[in-house]
Amino acid sequence: MEVLAFLIPIALFLGGLGLAAFFWALRSRQFDDPEGDSRRILTDDWDDQPKP
Amino acid sequence: MGAALQSRPAACPACAVAPSAERLAEAVAPKEARLFLSLPTIHCAGCISAVERALNATPGVRAARVNLTLKRVAVEADPDVTADGLIRVLDGIGYEAHELDAGVIAATATDKAGRDLLMRIAVSGFAMMNVMLLSVAVWSGATDFTRDMFHWISAMIALPTIAFAAQPFFRNAARVLRHGRLNMDVPISLAILLAAGMSLYETAQHGPHAYFDAALSLTFFLLAGRYLDHRTRAVARSAAEELAALEVPRAIRLRADGTEEIVPIAGIAVGDTVRVKPGARVPVDGVIAEGRSEIDRSLLTGETLPAFAGPGMALSAGEVNLTGPLAVTVTAAGEDSSLHRMADLVAVAESARNRYTSLADRAARIYAPGVHLLALAAFLAWLWISGGDIRLALNIAVAVLIITCPCALGLAVPAVTTAASGRLFKRGMLIKDGTALERLAEVDTVIFDKTGTLTLGMPESTNLGEHARGDLEIALALAEGSGHPLARALAEGARKAGLVPARLSEIREVPGYGVEGQLGGETVRFGRAAWVGAEAGDQTAAWLRVGQNPAVAFTFADRLRPGAEEAIARLRAQGLDVRMVSGDAPAPVADLAARLGIADWTAEALPGDKAALVQALGDRGARVLMVGDGLNDTAALAAAHVSISPATALDAARVASDIVLLGTDLAPLGEAVRTARKAVRRINENFAISAVYNLVAVPVALLGFATPLAAALAMSASSITVSLNALRLR
Repeated sequence: MEVLAFLIPIALFLGGLGLAAFFWALRSRQFDDPEGDSRRILTDDWDDQPKP
Repeated sequence: MGAALQSRPAACPACAVAPSAERLAEAVAPKEARLFLSLPTIHCAGCISAVERALNATPGVRAARVNLTLKRVAVEADPDVTADGLIRVLDGIGYEAHELDAGVIAATATDKAGRDLLMRIAVSGFAMMNVMLLSVAVWSGATDFTRDMFHWISAMIALPTIAFAAQPFFRNAARVLRHGRLNMDVPISLAILLAAGMSLYETAQHGPHAYFDAALSLTFFLLAGRYLDHRTRAVARSAAEELAALEVPRAIRLRADGTEEIVPIAGIAVGDTVRVKPGARVPVDGVIAEGRSEIDRSLLTGETLPAFAGPGMALSAGEVNLTGPLAVTVTAAGEDSSLHRMADLVAVAESARNRYTSLADRAARIYAPGVHLLALAAFLAWLWISGGDIRLALNIAVAVLIITCPCALGLAVPAVTTAASGRLFKRGMLIKDGTALERLAEVDTVIFDKTGTLTLGMPESTNLGEHARGDLEIALALAEGSGHPLARALAEGARKAGLVPARLSEIREVPGYGVEGQLGGETVRFGRAAWVGAEAGDQTAAWLRVGQNPAVAFTFADRLRPGAEEAIARLRAQGLDVRMVSGDAPAPVADLAARLGIADWTAEALPGDKAALVQALGDRGARVLMVGDGLNDTAALAAAHVSISPATALDAARVASDIVLLGTDLAPLGEAVRTARKAVRRINENFAISAVYNLVAVPVALLGFATPLAAALAMSASSITVSLNALRLR
């Protein structure tokens, strides 16, 4: 049972990491156009080199 | 008519009508480096890259990015790039585009409230999952120290989360309680707070049950419902603002020395002289000081025939100048103009409609007091049964509050309206009002306006075949010398028929009358009946006279809006009574009615008549859907049970209507009523589902058998069923 003392903080930390990543995505406006972004993966405009 | 003619040059500086007061204040000089265009027809990945590629290839454009969710594109460009040019580029590759006022858009671009809600959802979701993990251990049999430790960890996660994430509910509940009323947020806040407080106490007392996970999932699911609701409304609101941004409120003022300056309409005073160019909308009420032209009043009256305009004649804001430049002395501007007074009338009619109670409100009105009474009854009953055990009684009361879970109710309506309005938005319909869908579902009568709604307000030549080839060639040559809509329609029709213009000399346009030229020493004239010496009939016509020969008439009919026939057929198939009412003359109205198979029509209706007709039908118990675009329709639009206007409609008409058709096509209309009816059916099903859950779960809770596990199961199961049921709409 002592292992819980490590596992619970680790679980919380990892979850918190996910939460922080979501905050970052939200702040950098990645949820502004969900509809368009889901379609953009279908275009091959910048498949060969990244958009400058 | 004017609106359709205007849709291309919407960015022209002078075409501005009925701008709202706030916008008058902030109408600043245009042409920043950032432009916004509305793209009503965009819908796929191919469209995105086509539009972006075309715009990026345009000289002066630095970057273009399409937002498909909002159906608009943001363009960063050099200051000399105009929206007009970009619209033409997009038109060339087959996409309808309209300029949007960058100033208005920028204010709404950052959706702070939505992001705030998302943040709270994320936090409560994170906390819910972690607490749920710990709870599973407790449910599967952890005891003593382990259970207490898990409960304490849960408390440490749950309490700060609730304090942060559930704030919107607390704030709302506090606000309505201060006014002595109840809404859904009161039982929600009470359930969350009591569950958290009770669980904390139980944890401190080493009790077996803690409801931290229930309090958190309640918060999470309800926030999700709240966010869906917010998003539907935000999309509608921002798009409504976009529509408002379609008309940029500016006018050209003539200085004393005769030079022109472009000023916001707010800066125009009575006594100023403004220049109204051909093709532009009259921005103010005034009297013509100089110039001759023809005036299109279709947006104000529904008449399709242009009227002659000369010095001394009064003009109203919203009319469209067709042929010659005019100088107009202002008699009333801004707030005092006739257009603005009309908009005020609409505001009065609007407030009457706001009394409609939505299904969600009706449900909340029964639900909120019911839940409180039930929980209180459970508390008192168990207090009496157990002989004064407050802890037990309170535990059961909390369980009742949590189990009666308003999650399903909180999601029942927003999940369906989000799905339905998303579906309609994809088809180019924008729902501006929260209860519009519910009202649309109740409709049994549809009234269409004619000019600009069933028709495009663009004339089409109807009798080219009846004329001699020589006449046609002369008419074509003359028509090409004018920008008048009839002339343009004739030229287009004749060119399509493969005709070439005759060789004429000295072609000149006589504003307000027509075009004349010389053919082998003879004068040829093409224009108004009186000017060429003919007797005017009741049909829209332009007359051609060659030398001393009798004049011949070229007749025109208004072009039918695409999808009109389909929409009417579909509405009829759904058992709706379709009627038409117009301010136009009986002949063209009867003509169109016959073409569309509408038996019940009224012509020469004044704006008051239209509203009275709608009112009379409403008094007889009919639920009227009014579809119209003109200023003469606004009162009727506002008086109807629910109303729809096309995006080309006047600002005032769009403000008065609940739903706006973004594209040119009328066909989605048929779909709209069907979708609305389906949506309301789903909402009612959702209420039924959550009622059934409550019927099963509440007795269990009342008897004191509810455990945190049962609460979690009931809550998640009902929320998910309700959401899935809503998704069936697609």
